[in-house]
Amino acid sequence: MLPIAWLQLTREKTRLMTAIAGIAFADVLMFVQVGFQSALYASALGPHNSINGELVLVNSTYQTIFSMKGFSRRQLYRLRAIEGVEDVSPMYIGSADWKNPENGTSRVILAFGIDPVQPTLNLPEVRENLDRLTEIDRVLFDRASRPEYGAIETLFQQNPALEVEVNETRMRVVGFFTLGASFSAEGNFICSDLTFLRIFKNRDPEQIEVGVIHLESGVDIETAKQEIQKFITSDTKILTREEFANMERDYWANSTGIGFIFSLGVFVGFLVGLVIVYQILYSDVSDHLPEYATLKAMGYRDSYLLKVLIQEAIILAILGYLPGLGVSWWLYELTRTSTFLPIYMTVSRALNLLLITIIMCSISGAIAIRKLRDADPADVFN
Amino acid sequence: MKPDSIVSIRQLNYTFGQGKLKRNVLSDIELDLKSGEIAMIEGPSGSGKTTLLTLIGALRSLQNGSLKVFKKELLGASYDERVRVRRGIGYIFQAHNLLSFLTAKQNVWMSLQLHRELTKNEAENRAKSILSAVGLGDRLNDYPDSLSGGQKQRVAIARALVSRPQLVLADEPTASLDSKSGRDVVELMQQLAREFGSSILIVTHDARIVDIADRVLYLEDGRLTRDEKNHN
Repeated sequence: MLPIAWLQLTREKTRLMTAIAGIAFADVLMFVQVGFQSALYASALGPHNSINGELVLVNSTYQTIFSMKGFSRRQLYRLRAIEGVEDVSPMYIGSADWKNPENGTSRVILAFGIDPVQPTLNLPEVRENLDRLTEIDRVLFDRASRPEYGAIETLFQQNPALEVEVNETRMRVVGFFTLGASFSAEGNFICSDLTFLRIFKNRDPEQIEVGVIHLESGVDIETAKQEIQKFITSDTKILTREEFANMERDYWANSTGIGFIFSLGVFVGFLVGLVIVYQILYSDVSDHLPEYATLKAMGYRDSYLLKVLIQEAIILAILGYLPGLGVSWWLYELTRTSTFLPIYMTVSRALNLLLITIIMCSISGAIAIRKLRDADPADVFN
Repeated sequence: MKPDSIVSIRQLNYTFGQGKLKRNVLSDIELDLKSGEIAMIEGPSGSGKTTLLTLIGALRSLQNGSLKVFKKELLGASYDERVRVRRGIGYIFQAHNLLSFLTAKQNVWMSLQLHRELTKNEAENRAKSILSAVGLGDRLNDYPDSLSGGQKQRVAIARALVSRPQLVLADEPTASLDSKSGRDVVELMQQLAREFGSSILIVTHDARIVDIADRVLYLEDGRLTRDEKNHN
C-alpha cells in the first residue's frame, strides 16, 4: 500500500513546516504551563514533603504555611502519651525581613525554627549542619532563594563568617540547603527554635505553627490518626503528611487564581494547536476534493479516505510534538538553572503531552472529516 | 438481457429535484453494451449524458427501472455492492484528476492497489509497462504538475486501464486537449481497450473522434433518439 497520508503531507513542504511549527508552538505552550504549574506546586510543597514524621498537628484554620495561626505546644506534647506515638517535635514558621547584605534592601523571607536535636525537616544538608545550629544566632540559608536576597553563597565562600540582618537582629550564615522559591516565599532560612524566638522577639514561645508526630515503626498511620483525633481540641487538626501537602496545593490551585490561570494556559495551547491542525487538514481536503472523489469513483471506500485523514493527523501530531518536546526541554533547563524552580521533563509528562497532542490532532481530523463528505464521486464527471 | 452484455439498461428514468421543481433528466432509456464494444454518446449539454454515465458507474443511486453492470442489478444495490462494481470500471474524466502528490507511476498504482491479487513486483511491472504503452516510459517518477495536459490525460488513461477493467467510462476525455493530443489520447484508449477486451462508453461533444467508435448513440432531452452502427 502506498503511504498516501505521508506522501500527501510531505509533498507540500511549506504547508508541512507551518503545521509542524504550529503544533510545536502549541506543545511548548502546554509544556511550559504544566511545567511551571507543577514546579511551583513542588516548591510550595517542599517543606511539607520534607517533614520528618508521619503526622502533623496544625491549627484548624490551616490553609497554607505562608500564613499560619499557631496553637499551644502543650497540645502537641500531650500526644506523647498516646500508644504508637514515638515522639513529637514542634516547629515555628514565620515571615521575617531579610536585609540584603550587598545593597541593604529588605525582603520578606520564610523562617523555619526547628529543634536541632529533633529536626522536623528532613533535608540532607540540614541534617549535616545541625550541630552548627545549636549555637545561638546561626542560620542555614536556602540557596534556591531569589537573588534579591543577595548572593549569599558567593559571599559566604569569600567570608565564612558572613553576617546578615534578619528582623534587625544580626545572624551568622553557617550553611546552605535547597528548598526553592515559590508563590509567596521567595526565600527560606532555617534556624534553631531558640534563634527563631530571638528573631521574632514578640512571639509567645508557647505558640507553635506545626507539630510533627513521629510514629513507632509498624504503626498504621490511619489508625494512629484516628486515635489522636480523640485527644485534640477543635482548634487543631491532625493531618498525614500527604494531607498536609494536599491542603497546601489545594489552596494555591483553588483559593487563588493560580490553578485557574495555568489550566487556562494549557487550554489555550490546546485550542491553538487544534485550530492550526484543523486548518491544515481542512485545506488539504478541500484542495484534493476532486482527487478524493476520483478515488471513491475508482472503488476506494469512504473508510479508506477517513483512515488517510486520521493518519495525517497522527503524523502531524508526532512531527510537531518532537520539536515541541525539544524546545520545552531546553526551556526547562534554562528555567531551572536561572530560577531554581524544580522544573523537570518527566517521562509521564512527556507521554501525557504526546497523548494530548494526538487527541488534539484527532479532534481536528474528526472535524475536517465532515469536509470529506463533499467529495461526491457523481460530481467529478463535469 | 443479452448474454454477452456488459451493461444492460431497461426502462430507466431519472429525475432531479422535488415537487414542482421536479425535472426529468433521463426517460425510458433502453441500452445494451456488448463486451468489447466501443460506444459513444453524443448530445447537447444538459441532455443527461453525464447523469447516465454516473448511473452506469454506480456513482449515483437508481430511482427506478433496471440497470445491470457485469450482470449485477444496481437498483437498490448496497454501498458494498456499488463499491465492488466501481472497482471493475476504469474512469477517465474531462479533468485528469490525478493525485497531485503522487508520481505518474504511483497514480497508476493507486488503481492496482484495489486488486490485491498482484504482488508488489507484478504491480510495479504492470504500472511501468502501461506507462510505456502510453508513451511515458521515461516520465514514471514525474509529478502531474510537471506534465503537459496531454501527458496527464495519458497517465489517467493508464490508471483507468491498468487493472484491465471490463468497462471504461470516459467523460469528455478530449475536452481540455488540443485536437492533436485529443486524437492521440483517444486512439491510445481504443488500442488498449482492444488489447484487454474492455468495452468503452465515451460521452463527448467532439465530432473529430467519432470514427473510433463501433456505435454512436444520441441523447436528446433525456431520451435515446438514435443508435447507429459506425461504418468507418
